[in-house]
Amino acid sequence: MSENLATVAYIGATILFILSLGGLSNPETSRRGNFYGMLGMAIAVLATVFGPRVTAGGLSWIIGALVVGGAIGLYAARKVQMTQMPELVALMHSLVGLAACLVGFASYVDTSIVYQGAEKTIHEVEIYIGILIGAVTFSGSVIAFGKLSGKIGGKPLLLPGRHLLNLAALLIVIWLGGVFIAAADVDAGMMPLAIMTLLALLFGIHMVMAIGGADMPVVVSMLNSYSGWAAAATGFMLANDLLIVTGALVGSSGAILSYIMCRAMNRNFISVIAGGFGTAGGTAPAAGGEPAGEVVAVSALETAEMLRAAKNVIIIPGYGMAVAQAQHTVYEITKLLRENGVNVRFGIHPVAGRMPGHMNVLLAEAKVPYDIVLEMDEINDDFPETDVSIVIGANDIVNPAAEDDPTSPIAGMPVLQVWKSKTSVVMKRSMASGYAGVENPLFFHDNNRMLFGDAKKMLDEVLSALKN
Amino acid sequence: MSLTIGIPCEVFPGERRVAAAPEVVEKWRKLGFAVTIETGAGAGAQFDDESYVAAGARIAANFATLAAESDLICKVRAPTPDEVRALRPGTHLISFIWPAQNPELMALMAEQKLTVLAMDSVPRISRAQKMDALSSMANIAGYRAVIEAAHHFGRFFTGQITAAGKVPPAKVFVIGAGVAGLAALGAAVSLGAIVRANDTRPEVADQVKSMGAEFVPVDYQEEGSGVGGYAKVMSEGFQQAQRATFAKQAADVDIIITTALIPGKPAPKLITAEMVKSMRQGSVIVDLAAEQGGNCELTVPGEVVVRHGVTIIGYTDLPSRLSKQASTLYATNLLRLLEELCKQKDGTVDVNFNDEVIRGATVIKAGDITWPPPAPKLSASPPAKAATTASAPAPAPKKSSHGHGGGEPMSVKSLTAVFVVGALLFWLVGAYAPPSFVGHFTVFVLACFIGYMVIWNVTPALHTPLMSVTNAISSIIAVGALVQIAPPLSGDGADRPDTLILGLAVTALTLTAINMFGGFAVTRRMLAMFRK
Repeated sequence: MSENLATVAYIGATILFILSLGGLSNPETSRRGNFYGMLGMAIAVLATVFGPRVTAGGLSWIIGALVVGGAIGLYAARKVQMTQMPELVALMHSLVGLAACLVGFASYVDTSIVYQGAEKTIHEVEIYIGILIGAVTFSGSVIAFGKLSGKIGGKPLLLPGRHLLNLAALLIVIWLGGVFIAAADVDAGMMPLAIMTLLALLFGIHMVMAIGGADMPVVVSMLNSYSGWAAAATGFMLANDLLIVTGALVGSSGAILSYIMCRAMNRNFISVIAGGFGTAGGTAPAAGGEPAGEVVAVSALETAEMLRAAKNVIIIPGYGMAVAQAQHTVYEITKLLRENGVNVRFGIHPVAGRMPGHMNVLLAEAKVPYDIVLEMDEINDDFPETDVSIVIGANDIVNPAAEDDPTSPIAGMPVLQVWKSKTSVVMKRSMASGYAGVENPLFFHDNNRMLFGDAKKMLDEVLSALKN
Repeated sequence: MSLTIGIPCEVFPGERRVAAAPEVVEKWRKLGFAVTIETGAGAGAQFDDESYVAAGARIAANFATLAAESDLICKVRAPTPDEVRALRPGTHLISFIWPAQNPELMALMAEQKLTVLAMDSVPRISRAQKMDALSSMANIAGYRAVIEAAHHFGRFFTGQITAAGKVPPAKVFVIGAGVAGLAALGAAVSLGAIVRANDTRPEVADQVKSMGAEFVPVDYQEEGSGVGGYAKVMSEGFQQAQRATFAKQAADVDIIITTALIPGKPAPKLITAEMVKSMRQGSVIVDLAAEQGGNCELTVPGEVVVRHGVTIIGYTDLPSRLSKQASTLYATNLLRLLEELCKQKDGTVDVNFNDEVIRGATVIKAGDITWPPPAPKLSASPPAKAATTASAPAPAPKKSSHGHGGGEPMSVKSLTAVFVVGALLFWLVGAYAPPSFVGHFTVFVLACFIGYMVIWNVTPALHTPLMSVTNAISSIIAVGALVQIAPPLSGDGADRPDTLILGLAVTALTLTAINMFGGFAVTRRMLAMFRK
């Protein structure tokens, strides 16, 4: 295959990738979108393998690597549970980051490509930045994976003077960059490069460790963005337009998602990245004081009675539903109620769960039709006409303090206004506060009822009560 | 000069209504009119002459005196030719006329140089509802139909468990859910019966349900709404499906009340003799369309007959059987119309043709026949397109955007800052970078923008699949590893550490392959779950 043919194939692949992302604009075209993505990837890989830059000698290695990696990937994709999606995605980001690092090092030690003057400098800057982003993506994603899978605690780890530490790391990285570019040969440059990689890895760990559980959606999509930028940097390094375009697509998509998530929490992107949402739990509640009032607990049986008498029901799922794997029971209840003429809908907060769109995927897995699953903005005005709102394992996203109490750490965050419905039922394991560590005055409202217990178990009881 | 309103006795056989009630007479007088009543006019509606006098009316001894004194005659039934001839030329007349059915009467009235406003021609628009005598009479007829049915029906309406045994509730089927139909529904429901209703206009299904009755649709797709809130003639296919539905109901219910009318046409025959036969002994049919020929084949207008053990009530004077109520409502309708005619409250009338209601109601103006009026512009019922889908579960409101699209435009200050920084950056690149880099840089910047544009369109529900697909796509970095595995080497690459590079590249390729295959596969799995 000639150089030109390979380039044309790359253009085709690029177009397919754009179509792939465009296809996700609605569930009906999304399957086609995914197919475009696969097709684009297949074209890109084949065009490269049979292109002028790969000789026949490497073919066996390539096939071997693809078969081994592909088998692992497919196995993981088949085995993963939908509730584990965030972990899987985070883990996969780390792979891209690591690959970017490796390719960067390989490119640096490769002496077969020789640049002169400004080109050499630029090439080395590209390598340097590519490895930097790759390393941050890698270590950050690994930590995110650990946090999401519960292997590392969700509470933010805050080192004293962490902003100063980060700043110092940045300055050292820039200084090392200067040393690296000035290095006479590969051996001399390897030292600063290695130290920088180490620093970048530490920085990635530090950055994600400092971010609390509720901010995880932002982190996941941010790492998604990083993996894209890493690919783009690699593209610059290898002078490959396909990598640049695709990396930029992925990078900007992740950046926009992060922005959307931040806006949903009414928080500044920088402050999320700087970390420490959970810190508020230590200091701020004192200002608001304890919410006063009685907490009224109900049984599953009473909840079923309320649901049976209701005409309009809104269900607000949160991370608790994912943890308890309760989405299938939720669907059973929904189906039963809908058959009895109850208008059941779902209200999804943009940051419910641990990654963007997490709840939608879980409900889709449970076969809940997507046209009754609504976004916060679509459903918030309907609460006053709602008889019963059921909050399943969510806390901060239904906290009225976000609207009423300017001193609350989550003040200004848009929330689902369940307290405006005639009755709300909150399913929780205990009275513990949410990830943000903020007390929820909703629990003390007159029209609120608490259903304590494991979400799955309680919902099963509600379901059987409804059936009888 | 203030006008005198004259109220004659109704001479139509069996008519007990009158166009004036004492309490309304007072209000007419407040508009500046004088009121004269023919003696005994209110007898049928239990209003005696004294009560009218107490309200400020004068009593005329007979129709001739009344006609001579009055400038404005208000009646219920259309006048007889004798009555018309007795009126002075230039007299105003307000009454039911039915101009389509009474062309000779129209000609005669025009000859007499009368100005005639027909209560049946008041346009059915929202503003004219207060003077819509057809509706107020239909309301009474619907109520009375249920009372008549209950009178002839040998059982309770409501189900009861008594010491003497269990009584099943009566089942009532109402055909035509117009004003009369809805009134009948309400009366039957409040008596405790199980009530169903059918109408060719699908938009009334909600009104039926709001009255506590069940809507029985005809299983055939056709829009039945005509102009002005009336039904239209339906296709043969629809009529067949309709007959099947009615036959099924007839066999099941105890009481059928039919109210189906199509303007300007004989009433549609909806209940066949077969259906009557299939009904249980002692069942009752009340045919409110009897005056227009009846909805039931066996109806005898004006009479109660028993056919195949079923009592068929064909009274044409149901409102008149509730004469006091009917008279009061009718007089109030007249009052509302007079208010429109006499905006100055000085006892004069102004037949203003710029007013849509007055234009529609006026059938003869000073001897010129002005009927029919131009077609009314609006239907009183909402556009029915939405209603046809009402039986399906209400679709979730289609969102116009994803809620986070545009947002507010950036402030001028920050926009300027962005442009300045961008321009500086581009200038640096242009000034110092080698040409090859500039090419790649162009591609990079454009790709960022494409990504930006494309991602805003992604629906939030698909953010997880989006992330996993972009993650899969980011394994494009495999291409970077691929070109390093076995590049075609030129001469001066002799000292290239081949093994090291190969190791790094193969490892990178394996990692990205995991990502590539796993990412696409898991996205596929997720998207397959999204369904309506």
